[in-house]
Amino acid sequence: MTGLLYSDVENELRASLRGMLAQRSPWRHVLSWSESGQAMDASLWRTLAGEMGLAGMAIPEEYGGGGASLREAAVVLEELGRAVAPVPFLGSAVVATSALLACRDGELLTKLATGEAVGALAVPLGAGPLGAGAPAPVTVRAENGKLHGTVGLVADALVADVLLVPADDGLYAVDARAFGVRIERVVSLDPTRPLADLTFDSVPGRLIVAGDAAASAVGAARTAGAALLASEQLGVAEWCLESTVEYLKTRHQFGRPVGSFQALKHRLADVWVDVTQARAVARYAASCAATGDDDLPVAANLAQAFCSPVAVKAAEECVQLHGGIGFTWEHPAHLYLKRAKSSSLAFGTADRHRSALATLVDLPPAS
Amino acid sequence: MPEQSFDAAGLTARVKEFVAAHDPAGMDRLEFLRARFDAGLAWIHYPAGLGGLGAPRTLQSLVDAEFAKAGAPDNNPMLIGIGLGMAAPTILRHGTDEQRQRFLRPLWTGEEVWCQLFSEPGAGSDLAALGTRAVRDGGDWVVSGQKVWTSIAHEARWAILVTRTDPSVPKHQGMTYFICDMTDPGVEVRPLRQFTGEAEFNEVFLTDVRIPDAHRLGDVGQGWTVAQTTLMNERVAIGGAALPREGGMIGLVSRLWRERTDVRTPGRHDALLRAWVSAEAARLARERLRQQLAAGQPGPEGSAQKLVFARLNQELSGLELELLGEDGLRYDDWTMRRPSGVDFLGRAPGYRYLRAKGNSIEGGTSEILRNIIAERVLGLPSEPRVDKDVAWKDLPR
Repeated sequence: MTGLLYSDVENELRASLRGMLAQRSPWRHVLSWSESGQAMDASLWRTLAGEMGLAGMAIPEEYGGGGASLREAAVVLEELGRAVAPVPFLGSAVVATSALLACRDGELLTKLATGEAVGALAVPLGAGPLGAGAPAPVTVRAENGKLHGTVGLVADALVADVLLVPADDGLYAVDARAFGVRIERVVSLDPTRPLADLTFDSVPGRLIVAGDAAASAVGAARTAGAALLASEQLGVAEWCLESTVEYLKTRHQFGRPVGSFQALKHRLADVWVDVTQARAVARYAASCAATGDDDLPVAANLAQAFCSPVAVKAAEECVQLHGGIGFTWEHPAHLYLKRAKSSSLAFGTADRHRSALATLVDLPPAS
Repeated sequence: MPEQSFDAAGLTARVKEFVAAHDPAGMDRLEFLRARFDAGLAWIHYPAGLGGLGAPRTLQSLVDAEFAKAGAPDNNPMLIGIGLGMAAPTILRHGTDEQRQRFLRPLWTGEEVWCQLFSEPGAGSDLAALGTRAVRDGGDWVVSGQKVWTSIAHEARWAILVTRTDPSVPKHQGMTYFICDMTDPGVEVRPLRQFTGEAEFNEVFLTDVRIPDAHRLGDVGQGWTVAQTTLMNERVAIGGAALPREGGMIGLVSRLWRERTDVRTPGRHDALLRAWVSAEAARLARERLRQQLAAGQPGPEGSAQKLVFARLNQELSGLELELLGEDGLRYDDWTMRRPSGVDFLGRAPGYRYLRAKGNSIEGGTSEILRNIIAERVLGLPSEPRVDKDVAWKDLPR
């Protein structure tokens, strides 16, 4: 059985990242940023990608990357989730990177590795299900090397330099600033993960890989995304639990801290239990993704089937147990609720992942 | 003693050396177990002279596996689980040298079976409210009261027992812990039949039972502190090997689904998949806890596992009955029996459904576990304690 604990290196990475995020991206900053109309916190991303070298951490050293793996990237996502940080790490350093690694595209990997370029996979964030040979629907067609079509609700596209576009005959790399590319911001349920609708009107693209290999690269990218999103969801759930515990220790009603009421305590104990399970599930998924384990399809679907609802429940309990203050714009709970609920729709909902598992583990539906 | 080497290779060599000198096939079972104890290869993390080597506990599974490979007899761990898991660590921590020498060896070899006399009809979740009285009489204590939910009391030679010695102080202060001789004429054991039809447990009536002061564990009035050692150890042990996917109850239900196409409905399919996901998450969490313990990083996650296990067993055993449809209306046997262990997977689905209801009650209810998690793990304040400063005798009951 694969290791499910955190290594010393991972613990150190977590500590330095948490310290940096506390300083550079406290929730008040995230909230005011979300009202600014910007597509990402560019200065935060420069620090993460450039100074800390995290953008290319999962890219092999031969392409100029950090030579770490998706296991360590999962720890980064736990911390980014805790901070609901508006940076394109999942989209660029995990999803786009995994697609390019599957195609061994050295040119783009080298650009992504330094953080010089941000990549985004032009697939709807909510597309599902992941599963044995179930590709995302392709809505872009290629004619004489020019791309035509639309893709809705794509994450991290607003800040991307390179779009990886699945078209009918293969996977293309497209310069996000090329003539004929339209990237329109969508008002998203989660303001901290901006989405965009993409239109390609006779746009030149470079064919990275054709045919079935393209579908499998896109599949690998989305599987890695689903597997790793679980770690971000774990981080979200942990923040919700911890901040609610702290609040219930200090908030007094009826002459006592409300955290002393058993009715509330038990709800938090249940969230804690869920988080302990989610941590094991997320670690397993990250580990399988890092090594390309045969069990990765099960691990990734399990990760989303389990960790999505845990993050949503933790965020919903956070709102409810904070009472009125948790319903206000000026309290951070809503940032986490929006992130948790949106994330539960990303890569397909939990029930779609359960359906995919049904096929993978031979529990067929009623016919 | 020779130079200690506590790496895997060193311990394996020790076991091989021991087995070479003590042929398990040609030797009396008990003699073999006693010799293993005396060689310090029983519970290796115990001190030398008491069945151990002071070696890391994490290497125990390796030693056990090596003995099993050599065809060595085991010490009937099912029957002596309470002795091994609860009595022994308490005697080791709080016992006198005489008590350790007298009790630990026959406990480990299984010559003497132990049971636990803690819960009472009036003291379940609130164990510290217990009222079994112990009164000093010269060099003895005279004990009277009633205990309940006592597993294997009918086979036990000894019991660990918590009593009330001073009713005039608040409940946590006036308790004293003893080792009780179950063959004393004042001890009466009656089967307690549970709603599955069988009696795994007992009620134990104590009437003027005489216990020598030499069988007291810890100081007079320190019973609660001593009992904490016992209870902390109750759930520490997590089995040696990793559980395979679909091990346990989820495997039974999944196989049923695969074999019986006639039981499949869309609603049941969703319920099964939800349960499969929870069971696999629980399996991974258990594996992670095992890795934490092996790495010497024990965490509070163990208390989560008991809650999850109870919930899953109950959910899955209920689903199993529904999947069976009209066959779920059957029950295997209501005959009053006295099993010495729980054959959960070996009995019929109806039994599983009923027996699983005990999982969220025995060994601390799920509600008490949630309190413990909330207060000790999350650090939330306790409920106002109305009984904290009241003498035990003045508590409303």
